[in-house]
Amino acid sequence: MPFSESRPPTGLDAYLAPGPSSFTDFVTANAPHLLPGRVPEGLAPRSGDDLGVPHGTTIVALVFNEGVVIAGDRRATSGNVIAQRDIEKIFITDGYSAVGIAGSAGIAIQMVRLFTVDLEHYEKTEGVPLSLDGKSNKLAGMVAQNLGAAMQGFVVVPLFVGYDTEAEPAKAGRIVTYDATGGRYDEWLGYHSVGSGSVFAKSSLKKIHKTDADLATTVRNAIEALYDAADDDSATGGPDLTRRIYPVVVSITGAEGAVRRSEEEIEAVVRDVVARRTEHPDGG
Amino acid sequence: MTMPFYSSVDQLLRDRSELARKGISRGRSVVVLTYTGGVLFVAENRSKALHKVSEIYDRIGFAAVGRYNEFDNLRTGGIRMADVRGYSYDRRDVSGQMLAKAYAQALGTAFVEQQKPYEVELCVAEVGTTAEGDQLYRITYDGSITDEPQFVVMGGTTEPISTKLKDTYQPGLELAEALAVAVEGLEAAATPGGNATNGATASRVLGVSALEVAVLDRARPRRTFRRITGPVLRDLLPEENRAVDDPPPSAEPVGGDDTAAGSAATES
Repeated sequence: MPFSESRPPTGLDAYLAPGPSSFTDFVTANAPHLLPGRVPEGLAPRSGDDLGVPHGTTIVALVFNEGVVIAGDRRATSGNVIAQRDIEKIFITDGYSAVGIAGSAGIAIQMVRLFTVDLEHYEKTEGVPLSLDGKSNKLAGMVAQNLGAAMQGFVVVPLFVGYDTEAEPAKAGRIVTYDATGGRYDEWLGYHSVGSGSVFAKSSLKKIHKTDADLATTVRNAIEALYDAADDDSATGGPDLTRRIYPVVVSITGAEGAVRRSEEEIEAVVRDVVARRTEHPDGG
Repeated sequence: MTMPFYSSVDQLLRDRSELARKGISRGRSVVVLTYTGGVLFVAENRSKALHKVSEIYDRIGFAAVGRYNEFDNLRTGGIRMADVRGYSYDRRDVSGQMLAKAYAQALGTAFVEQQKPYEVELCVAEVGTTAEGDQLYRITYDGSITDEPQFVVMGGTTEPISTKLKDTYQPGLELAEALAVAVEGLEAAATPGGNATNGATASRVLGVSALEVAVLDRARPRRTFRRITGPVLRDLLPEENRAVDDPPPSAEPVGGDDTAAGSAATES
């Protein structure tokens, strides 16, 4: 009966049965309707294309001397229309990790929400957090689970960053990328970008970014890269000085953990970058 | 089919009560109390791994005494329930009251229906946005639930601890003062586990290594639960407790269960 399967357990008994320490596995077994990206069976491929759901665009991630920085523009598009101009696509997922999302925004946000609860659930039940590789593999599993939806056009491409508290500080900042099948790739070169403007952002980072840079320089490089992406990709939003909408930037270091950089800090950097570009539109 | 021996319901419940109460009374005690900044948990527990106090959700903490496997399973179930609820609705929709009622339901049902009742006593604490919003629920082995406004004492010899706390506790304590009140209370109890060779009246001083301390800190955003350990804990303790840091006798277990399951039943 479809009715009974679409209800989470009510009494405590169902929760007391011995089970996996993964929240996702528990939800899959007991309340599958809560999982992201469930598509009806028997649809023609890419039949979701004309639903006009919003897409997230450009995310950049940069390793620096104390950890890693991730930043994203604020635009979501639906075809040629700007669906939202202040969407947030960077999420702090636990004390030492964050995820940026590109692709089908609705499913991606649900996926990150589930991922965040899963990390916290593991930490609470086991008393210790997952290892960095454990977290990134978990996310790979979630992306793989979404393959059915991806074939209908709802592709989700997360970009995972984290600080590996067990590694030596110089190598603790990590970037992990994914493809639609759940393939998981470590980026050891120290920078990466996903989304429609990623080609331009990556070209920009390739020229300006160094992994031994300090935090301030790295935040600036991230903003420069997003500016370059917005310059050449119509789906990526540039800094909106009139509405005061600026990129979301999260830094992860051993000392502070994952911290969203304050609006004042980012505004100052953005205004400086825009002022310089006013003189030299191509940067440099 | 063989008929079971008849025993009156009254007798059955009395036996179960006795079993549960004896099982719980062997353990070391836990004190949960409110202070100005939130809720403070203090347990006498030398283990660094087998906790008696833990986090359930953003503003909800859990403390337990009794059989480790039983309360650990209840703890995990509570975390699952809270996480499923917070995930399907919103994080704000998870309340301590909901969880405490679910625990009472589970314990009450097991008490009358299962072979053996839970040999545990639980405290579900929730920190509010103001001191008036703080809530402490005590749930006992038979599913009884009480809402205690100031402090909860659970475990072995609770009588001297409660008496002590009634004298020393007052609302509006700072963290260090509240910790001192709780530790003094725990010290008032005799050494549990029948290990009273020094005499029950010998005064004890509990140091950092003998205490498990955690708070639900009202001021923290989102996840308010925080363990207080090591040097931070030492600096918060009263003067005479700071110096004490005796490593436990190597052969004895330092945490987890104090007695075997059902050992109360086999005792004469």
